[in-house]
Amino acid sequence: MTKYRINKTRFVDQTKTVSFTFDCKEYHGFKGDTLASALLSNGIHLVGRSFKYHRPRGIMSCGSEEPNAICQINADTNLTEPNVRATEVELYEGLRASSQNCWPSLNFDIGGINNLISPFIPAGFYYKTFMWPKSFWKKIYEPLIRLSAGLGKSPSQPDPDIYDHKHEHCDVLIIGGGISGIISAKIAAKNNLKTILIEDKNILGGSTIYQNNKNFIIDNKKSNEWLMNEISELEKLDNLIIKTRTSLAAFHSYNYLLAKENISDHLPLDKKNGDIRQRLWKIRADKVIVAAGAIERPLIFNNNDRPGIMLANSVKRYLDFYGVSTGLNNIIFTNNDSAYETAVSLFEKGISVKIIDIRKKSSSNIVKNAEDLGIRIYWNSTVVNTFGYKKIKSIEIMNLSEDGSNVTGNKHKIQCDCLSISGGWTPMVHMHTQSGGKLDFREIDQVFVPSEKSENHINVGSCNGDFELEEIVKNTNNKVKKFLNISKSGFDKISVLCSKELEKKNIWLLPNTISESKTKSFIDFQNDSTAKDIKLALREGFKSIEHVKRYTTTGMATDQGKLSNMHALGIIADTAGVKMGTLGTTTFRPPFTPLTFGAIVGRSVGKFFDVVRKTSIHEWHVQNNAKFENVGQWKRPWYYPINNENLHEAVQRESKTARDSAGILDASTLGKIDIQGSDASEFLNRVYTNAWSKLGIGKCRYGLMLNEDGMVYDDGVTTRLGENHYLMTTTTGGAANVLSKLEDYLQTEWPELDVYLTSVTDHYSTASICGPNSKKILKKLFPNKDFSDEAFPHMSYQDAIIDKIECRIMRISFTGELSYEINIESKYGKSLWENCIKAGEEYKITPYGTETMHLLRAEKGFIIVGQDTDGTMTPIDLQMDWIVSKKKYDFIGKRSLYRSDTIREDRKQLVGLLTDDPNEILEEGAQIVSELDKKPVEMIGHVTSSYFSPNLNKSIALAVVKGGKKMKGQKLFVPMENKNINVTVSDFIFLDKENKRINA
Amino acid sequence: MFVINCPYCGERDQSEFSCGGEAHIVRPKQPTELSDDEWAEYLFMRKNIKGVQFERWNHAHGCRKWFNMVRDTSNDKIHAVYKMGEKPPVI
Ligand SMILES: [Zn+2]
Repeated sequence: MTKYRINKTRFVDQTKTVSFTFDCKEYHGFKGDTLASALLSNGIHLVGRSFKYHRPRGIMSCGSEEPNAICQINADTNLTEPNVRATEVELYEGLRASSQNCWPSLNFDIGGINNLISPFIPAGFYYKTFMWPKSFWKKIYEPLIRLSAGLGKSPSQPDPDIYDHKHEHCDVLIIGGGISGIISAKIAAKNNLKTILIEDKNILGGSTIYQNNKNFIIDNKKSNEWLMNEISELEKLDNLIIKTRTSLAAFHSYNYLLAKENISDHLPLDKKNGDIRQRLWKIRADKVIVAAGAIERPLIFNNNDRPGIMLANSVKRYLDFYGVSTGLNNIIFTNNDSAYETAVSLFEKGISVKIIDIRKKSSSNIVKNAEDLGIRIYWNSTVVNTFGYKKIKSIEIMNLSEDGSNVTGNKHKIQCDCLSISGGWTPMVHMHTQSGGKLDFREIDQVFVPSEKSENHINVGSCNGDFELEEIVKNTNNKVKKFLNISKSGFDKISVLCSKELEKKNIWLLPNTISESKTKSFIDFQNDSTAKDIKLALREGFKSIEHVKRYTTTGMATDQGKLSNMHALGIIADTAGVKMGTLGTTTFRPPFTPLTFGAIVGRSVGKFFDVVRKTSIHEWHVQNNAKFENVGQWKRPWYYPINNENLHEAVQRESKTARDSAGILDASTLGKIDIQGSDASEFLNRVYTNAWSKLGIGKCRYGLMLNEDGMVYDDGVTTRLGENHYLMTTTTGGAANVLSKLEDYLQTEWPELDVYLTSVTDHYSTASICGPNSKKILKKLFPNKDFSDEAFPHMSYQDAIIDKIECRIMRISFTGELSYEINIESKYGKSLWENCIKAGEEYKITPYGTETMHLLRAEKGFIIVGQDTDGTMTPIDLQMDWIVSKKKYDFIGKRSLYRSDTIREDRKQLVGLLTDDPNEILEEGAQIVSELDKKPVEMIGHVTSSYFSPNLNKSIALAVVKGGKKMKGQKLFVPMENKNINVTVSDFIFLDKENKRINA
Repeated sequence: MFVINCPYCGERDQSEFSCGGEAHIVRPKQPTELSDDEWAEYLFMRKNIKGVQFERWNHAHGCRKWFNMVRDTSNDKIHAVYKMGEKPPVI
């Protein structure tokens, strides 16, 4: 045993040694230790440097509130984790931890110079400095800041661990396994309620589990022994799930809670075995009982941040739970009784301890206990300074004036190696407020306590502001019974004896002899904000606590201000002369403690990140060397390179072949909606801009769909399959939204219409064959069918049979070529496709992807919704007036087409652009200007589609330009980084204006 | 995350639903008769109340039915759900 491991406890197995490293040096601890308790047992307090001043900092607490002991675990591996609190890391064999925020090393840190120049680093420093000279930023400020600042390092390799999500429902969820949580769990579970108890530590019991002070007695037993017994009874209950190592991350409305369970973080590396590391529980609870406990407050005085200055109750936990003394020459500085328990415990183990109390006296049992033991108590005193750079060595104390606003008398110096501080307790109201609960301010001990309004959750124990054992036990029992509607419990006749605090006093910022500007009284230890920063912010005019917080960065570090928020509020209230309760608190946002990204995403990584949709022909595309493009969730063939062709070369070849002979496109991804009902025609009349009543059965029609604001929303061809039966196609990306929109209108605006919509996108595969030889190929596939223009004209459909399988053939075209689309049940898609390829072989049919499809339609000036439109284009802007019915009384978006804004003549309108140099290809998205010299440059439009057309042998582009309709022939410019490209506005139909090829 | 009582399916998690904004805005029967201002009132103007608000919701990942819901936006308490076409309850 080291000289600091002075006590044997039942929580640490001192027969099992565990070796670990800290900053590359090897140390030993025991099974049951945390990284922090093991370091302290080796006499190590200095574990990090502060963020701004790089001051040496030591372990301060024993839980999630820890501001200083922030470590990097297993650095330089793909399992590394930054910003981990040493107080929460369970020790395991082979653990490698290192300090953060110091360079080049913890003991010699160059950023420590910030401490010397700290008068020049006041609040708002980062907002005020580094602004000039501008040239200094890139070369001097940024590299220096990056080198010396920053928290941990993120892993550079993918995370090999598995994370899990689990949904759970229960009658009662209890957050916190301390004494009040255990009482609540027992009452709930014994009354046949399905109960879950979660506790973030690895064992239940909170701080009572090591409370061996004789002043705290339950049913004639020391409170720790009584609780031990309760826990073993609790573990026998069937309808109770106990989850240790599980911390609550968020408490959302309707009792929906997220909790993170650590499954393998505490196991040695070789035992982790690639199993699940953490599990995120998504719990929906009928009732929630919050028993989250309280956090001890520090005291704010000059140089209150040295290594060796710790929270008093944490010192007791290290002693009575881990068997580690944090110092051999202790001083306790307090404003309340609870720190006396630490003093008594230290004294009973033979360790030197003195007490400094800001109160004039206290006559409680526990204080009497300390006095009886002969512990020296300095009443009505305060610490005014501390000494020791990397570890505290001594302190100076003075007497307080009558009202506590000043110090009097002589300074008195006392040696020590550990200073325990206690400024009282802050109830953990985070969960309560996250769920929407409000707070009340309790003047007597200056705490915010939950104001109970919810029917679905309560707070019990110290998170509810009950700090004394007797009120904790009795109030918890009464509240839980009432909450769960239970008349009797096993705790009704319990007897509790405890010390009661009668004298209370609190001073948020302790007085000093030296002027405030020369002191460093830290409030937020991790972010280095001091009392004088807060006062400066107030002098500079900040009033709202939310603004002060952001300006001084108080409470904005990884600990979320668990230790600092109340003091900041208290000092603001004192300085501004207002009541603290009127200030309100800053907002407590989830997560309560940091969550790993792994836990948040769970299994949704890699190929499970999003759904991948493949057509039934996908395998063929893969085998034929297709490059794919993501269109929504779909994988669509982009182009099919042959012999090392690049995108451009492949697309040129595909485009040329499609127009010269034949091409085939997998169009299965287009959205397909089956529309049936006696009002189907009327419905289409209302949703499309053009008229549908007169479309004959067996005919197809292109339709344009607007939003109610008149902007183009979607387009596609709809086929009339029967009297009351249509098949609508939508864009690939718009399919789901179109269906939702149509359903919305049907259900909410036009419920009188007899229309039924069914998504059939996945039901059919579509092979689209185009080109002058397409008719010949179709004839080979369907020898018995008459494909003459008379029997099977453009924009019509016929049923057909191939290999005994029924299919539909639509003669429609998105390329301007003679073209047929064959729809067949999805499972036959690949065989249909292979038949088409085989039949087209003699015509050198080329499969083509989305890129060629885009090029071919651009040659014809067909728009792509979402590429040439962006939600601000009306059909009139697109020069598609022809498709907007003048006769129809109404359709979605009609009225908006003649709003004052939509009839403006200078709206952006679709035009064609030709570059003066036919080989120059414009960049899609490039801005267009009419005057190069005008300042500021006026951008009058942008390029929406641009290609080199192999069929026209020149560059073509579609663009939207302000007032473009009237600009045909006008010269414009596309300014690029190194040159200006000269362009001429043209018609946007570049090829076959007369539509001859459709019937070629 | 709310629990929403779909009038057709019963209680489900909010993640199955999507919100469609303010309820009881009826599409004008004769849009052509309206002035620009009147049409804009229908098209753009929404109340976004802090307090009790009548909203449209869709059980998008469930029965796909639209319905109305009365929700207090200040505390997310759901006061009522009712089918499209039914009279709004008095809250
Ligand atoms: Zn439903």
